[in-house]
Amino acid sequence: MTFLDYFASNWTDVADATLAHAVLVLQGLGLAVLIGVPVAVATYRTGAPRTAVLGFAGLLLTIPSYALFGLLITPLGLGTGPSVVALTMYALLPVLRNAVVGLRALDPAVVESARAMGMTRPRVLLTVELPLAWPVLLTGLRVATQLLLGIAAIAAAVNGPGLGNLILDGLASAGTPYAAYLTVEGCLGIVLLAVVFDLLFAGLNRLTTAKGLGA
Amino acid sequence: MTDATPGTETAERPMIRLDRLAKRYPGQAQAAVEELSLDIPEGRIVAFVGPSGCGKTTTMKLINRLIEPTSGRIHLDGQDVTELPVHELRRRIGYAIQSSGLFPHRTVADNIATVPRLLGWPRQRVTERVDELLTMVGLAPATYRDRYPKQLSGGQQQRVGVARALGGDPQVMLMDEPFGAIDPQNREALQDEFLRIQRTVRKTIVFVTHDIDEACRMGDLIAVFGENGKVRQYDTPERILAEPADEFVAAFIGSGAAVRRLSLTRLDALDVPEWPTVDADADPERRLAVARAQDREYCLLLDADRRPAGWLPTEEADTEPPSHFPVFSTLGPHSTLFDALDLMLSADTSTVVAVDDEGRYRGVLEMDTVRELINGERTAAGHGRLQEA
Ligand SMILES: Nc1ncnc2c1ncn2[C@@H]1O[C@H](COP(=O)(O)OP(=O)(O)OP(=O)(O)O)[C@@H](O)[C@H]1O
Ligand SMILES: [Mg+2]
Repeated sequence: MTFLDYFASNWTDVADATLAHAVLVLQGLGLAVLIGVPVAVATYRTGAPRTAVLGFAGLLLTIPSYALFGLLITPLGLGTGPSVVALTMYALLPVLRNAVVGLRALDPAVVESARAMGMTRPRVLLTVELPLAWPVLLTGLRVATQLLLGIAAIAAAVNGPGLGNLILDGLASAGTPYAAYLTVEGCLGIVLLAVVFDLLFAGLNRLTTAKGLGA
Repeated sequence: MTDATPGTETAERPMIRLDRLAKRYPGQAQAAVEELSLDIPEGRIVAFVGPSGCGKTTTMKLINRLIEPTSGRIHLDGQDVTELPVHELRRRIGYAIQSSGLFPHRTVADNIATVPRLLGWPRQRVTERVDELLTMVGLAPATYRDRYPKQLSGGQQQRVGVARALGGDPQVMLMDEPFGAIDPQNREALQDEFLRIQRTVRKTIVFVTHDIDEACRMGDLIAVFGENGKVRQYDTPERILAEPADEFVAAFIGSGAAVRRLSLTRLDALDVPEWPTVDADADPERRLAVARAQDREYCLLLDADRRPAGWLPTEEADTEPPSHFPVFSTLGPHSTLFDALDLMLSADTSTVVAVDDEGRYRGVLEMDTVRELINGERTAAGHGRLQEA
């Protein structure tokens, strides 16, 4: 049986796992944005708090992924819960750092003008600072997504969803005739998702970056 | 010296009053602004000028509370600025800065519409206002309305910056070296254009610059800042150039003061000396009589409307028809002594005929007259701009 024959026999499983993988990554990313952007907004003008927050997020990224997923079983049990939380923790640094960098790189004269014209603080943030920082933040999201796509495969180890299950099954049945096919399917699914997400981000970037910005 | 409005004979209503204002940045030994009291009269341009780091920008930003003072009070139109919510105060004060600070992600029209929208103007009125302002700053609305700032030249961005500052029709404008990033030639054009706009809008303007030439051009009044935001002299450009209050001011004005004063003195503010004149259609005896009665080499021929018609050589005063040389160098009332000197040098002549708006003879300026004015041997009858306004 060739790889293609094998794929024809289980492609629905692969499709389901791919979809679940994408959803898992998006959940982690979404939570990271919900936490990271407000934290960035709250700390980017400060000195020590910003350094501390970025340092902490950086620390999270250094925890070996197997260990992190495992450690989360105790408080969160098995399945989707610990998987999403672990992915959120990994995505935090790229999201947070790019949001801070984007906000801090703004032309001070632009922000000062906004204040000097009588915009309130929330208005400056929502209509000037965040739209101007958006391209940098979006780059952070793109990087975080690529990072999470790979790490999300570990979720299978804590009974989480996604393509990791194919890879894990393949590894578990090593030695049987088609074991490698399963693992290859899992990896190809991740590569496919990486390409699709990248295209999506490129499109999003083009659609949402204000015309006055960019090259 | 600093707490009255100088140079104006009638007391003018102060639009901005700085009252013993001080600003000390945290962790700095020296105060950036110290005990500053200054009245800025309504409808005037007051130029803040001084060396780098002397507190001009700080003082300006205290007015719209971008910076909060350490002590002292600021009154805007009689009201303490701290009595208003800060964003309402700022919507009443136009703000234009050197780097323009335009929103790069918004079109020119949206940039200019910022304050009108914050003020809740109806859409139709905002659109009209944007087009009106674009026209005012010399940009065709149809061409520029939908452009983004990066699609404009530096000078055009600066114009949009000024238009945006005027957006909400504020009483007061704060301008921090608004033309500082523009090359000298275009800067002069922008300055002239802005003065033209100011003649119609009559805002009260604080204009920060470190260039004494620009201060003299733009300011109805000039405040010369020394270190620590201390105002060394607050007076009209003419008086600052003629009578610097102390050595610091004199040094800051520099050596070109005499020439600068020339460009501040308009011919209509001068008693232009008389010159022997004779009607062009007078008979030869009359011409000869006039010519003999004076010791100049030439008399000035005037036509029936008293317009200069030619120079009549004294030696040939009675030839018929009168032989004469054409008058090349005449200057109207809005020209300055600088223009007169410039004309004398470039046309290689020692006399310039001053005429009124209709081109009628007023008198003749000589190189010597200009020299006497430079040296202060003769005083101008008055100094032009404040009276004119
Ligand atoms: N945010 C700040 N924190 C601390 N010190 C400041 C700050 N802003 C300005 N200063 C100091 O206050 C003094 C006055 O600064 P200011 O910007 O008002 O000068 P300026 O007259 O506008 O100078 P320039 O012509 O160079 O623009 C300077 O000595 C400067 O170093
Ligand atoms: Mg300054």
